[in-house]
Amino acid sequence: MRAGVDPGHQRDTEPVEQYQPVFVGEPRRRLEALFEQYPTKQACLLPALWMVQEARGWIPEQAIGEVAEVLGLTPAYVRGVVTFYTMYHTHPVGKYFIQVCTTSPCNICGAEEVVKAFLQHTGCGELGATSPDGRFTVIEVECLGACGFATPVLINDDFIEGVTPERVPGLLQGYK
Amino acid sequence: MGYPHPPHPKEMPLLSQHFGDTGARSYEGWVKRGGYEGLRKALGMTPEQVIEEVKTSGLRGRGGAGFPTGLKWSFMPKNSGKPHYLCCNADESEPGTFKDREILRWTPHQLLEGCAIAAYAIGAERCYIYIRGEFTTEHKILVEAVAEAYRHGVLGGNVLGSGRRIDVVVHRGAGAYICGEETALINSIEGKRGNPRIKPPFPAQAGLFGMPTTVNNVETLAAVPHIILRGGAWYQALSRGNPKSTGTKLFSVCGHVQKPGNYEVVMGTPMRDLIFEMCGGMRPGRTLKAVIPGGSSVPILTAEEAEDCLLDYEGIAAKGSMLGSGGMIVMDDSTDLVYQIMRLARFYAHESCAQCTQCREGTAWTTRILERILAGQGKPEDLDLLLDLADNMTGKTICVLSDSCAAPVVSGIKKFRAEFEAYLSKRTRPAAVAV
Repeated sequence: MRAGVDPGHQRDTEPVEQYQPVFVGEPRRRLEALFEQYPTKQACLLPALWMVQEARGWIPEQAIGEVAEVLGLTPAYVRGVVTFYTMYHTHPVGKYFIQVCTTSPCNICGAEEVVKAFLQHTGCGELGATSPDGRFTVIEVECLGACGFATPVLINDDFIEGVTPERVPGLLQGYK
Repeated sequence: MGYPHPPHPKEMPLLSQHFGDTGARSYEGWVKRGGYEGLRKALGMTPEQVIEEVKTSGLRGRGGAGFPTGLKWSFMPKNSGKPHYLCCNADESEPGTFKDREILRWTPHQLLEGCAIAAYAIGAERCYIYIRGEFTTEHKILVEAVAEAYRHGVLGGNVLGSGRRIDVVVHRGAGAYICGEETALINSIEGKRGNPRIKPPFPAQAGLFGMPTTVNNVETLAAVPHIILRGGAWYQALSRGNPKSTGTKLFSVCGHVQKPGNYEVVMGTPMRDLIFEMCGGMRPGRTLKAVIPGGSSVPILTAEEAEDCLLDYEGIAAKGSMLGSGGMIVMDDSTDLVYQIMRLARFYAHESCAQCTQCREGTAWTTRILERILAGQGKPEDLDLLLDLADNMTGKTICVLSDSCAAPVVSGIKKFRAEFEAYLSKRTRPAAVAV
């Protein structure tokens, strides 16, 4: 079986979209170094999925097959884990993925207005949709764990505290 | 970003004494501030002596449950012949709580020192620090601190020349509140969905990879070096006369106070001092309405209850709530409590792992009923229905997520019933078309 191809979903006669495996060369070595830190390969599943998402921006179906193969798991099992955790994207998202905390502590400090400002200024229009230029996706997220610095926003890996609707246009200038 | 604030005279900064001091973040900076002396001292003691010292201190788990730490450590088997594991719970996700994040970002070596001492005490050679995926900055800081600790021989095969091995692995979560529950956390490290496990067996018997395991919160572990260095009796004496609640506690205060942030006080400090003096009270023209004192999973307190409450495990329990994680959500009279309770229910519905029926269905139905009440489509019997649902969600599931959803609903209806009834009396559409 070729790496990354789940035989249940492909037939020989169908053209197979070219899939470039993630775990070759340096990433492969990084993964194998992780094997030393855990008594089972299965325990490397979350770190392996993070490596896929860092490389591809999301977790494509073929990557699920590849991860399953390198860790000795089944694709169905890996899919079950991927879908449990909200930070793994199972579909492509904008270049900048914006998560705005709207749980109660931030909510009472005006977080929903911050969400509206992001939707307006990114051109996304609605939650979960990607802007027409492909740059932004905005979602509401449950508690980011920075309640005293309302409203916290995560833009990719940038954790930004104290965001107000007025700050949004300026903030977005930094994400071209 | 308005933090850290200069310590208030009523604070007692112990764990937080170097918050805001970027120099404390590095290995050298930490050692310069007396760091790793606690570990050095611990390595000169027997593991049993370390556990006894922590028992003497009265330290209780700071993640929410408040279980005595020394006792928890003593449950680990002796000479089991199996690998033992320590897990540090840095999956801080309880709404209202943001204290562990500050420990991680300002004093990562304070945590690593606590981890090393705890690992030594319980006979673990390996510690996994499970940090929530959203803490991107803290993850980087922690990974760097671990690398530094290895370079300086604080971690690895010969900890401070003792011949002991202690390894620390930073494991990053991926967005799941439930992984803060200790057995869900263990499953998540094992590469599984974060479903809590049925107990027993408890982690001390069969935890991570089936081996004896202790799971401790960040703040709990960060307190340990101070206890070892200055003695359990010294720590135990830090209280306002209640021997069951000792030491200092970080309270994360958020919401409608003038100066939100983390405040470290001696157990037993009056809640009103924290809210009205240290945090500067309400915004001008506003009055206190309610406080959720221990993270969103505990019953809501009215302003009257809050103003007469002592900040320790027993003091908050006496008011019918819990100290929990020490994450205090303060709400003034501008707050629509029905709406905020719905937001909390929605949080729990979103975060339910969906393993237990009472939780999967209960959190979702609670949210939908609250949403229809807010939309003016509530039925007269909805409040009783919510209470009945809550009863079915309490004490009946594998973990307490379901109970946590019920707590604000039950206490909210009990203490602020008029606000719910106001929505019901404004009903705009016949109930028949409601959800």
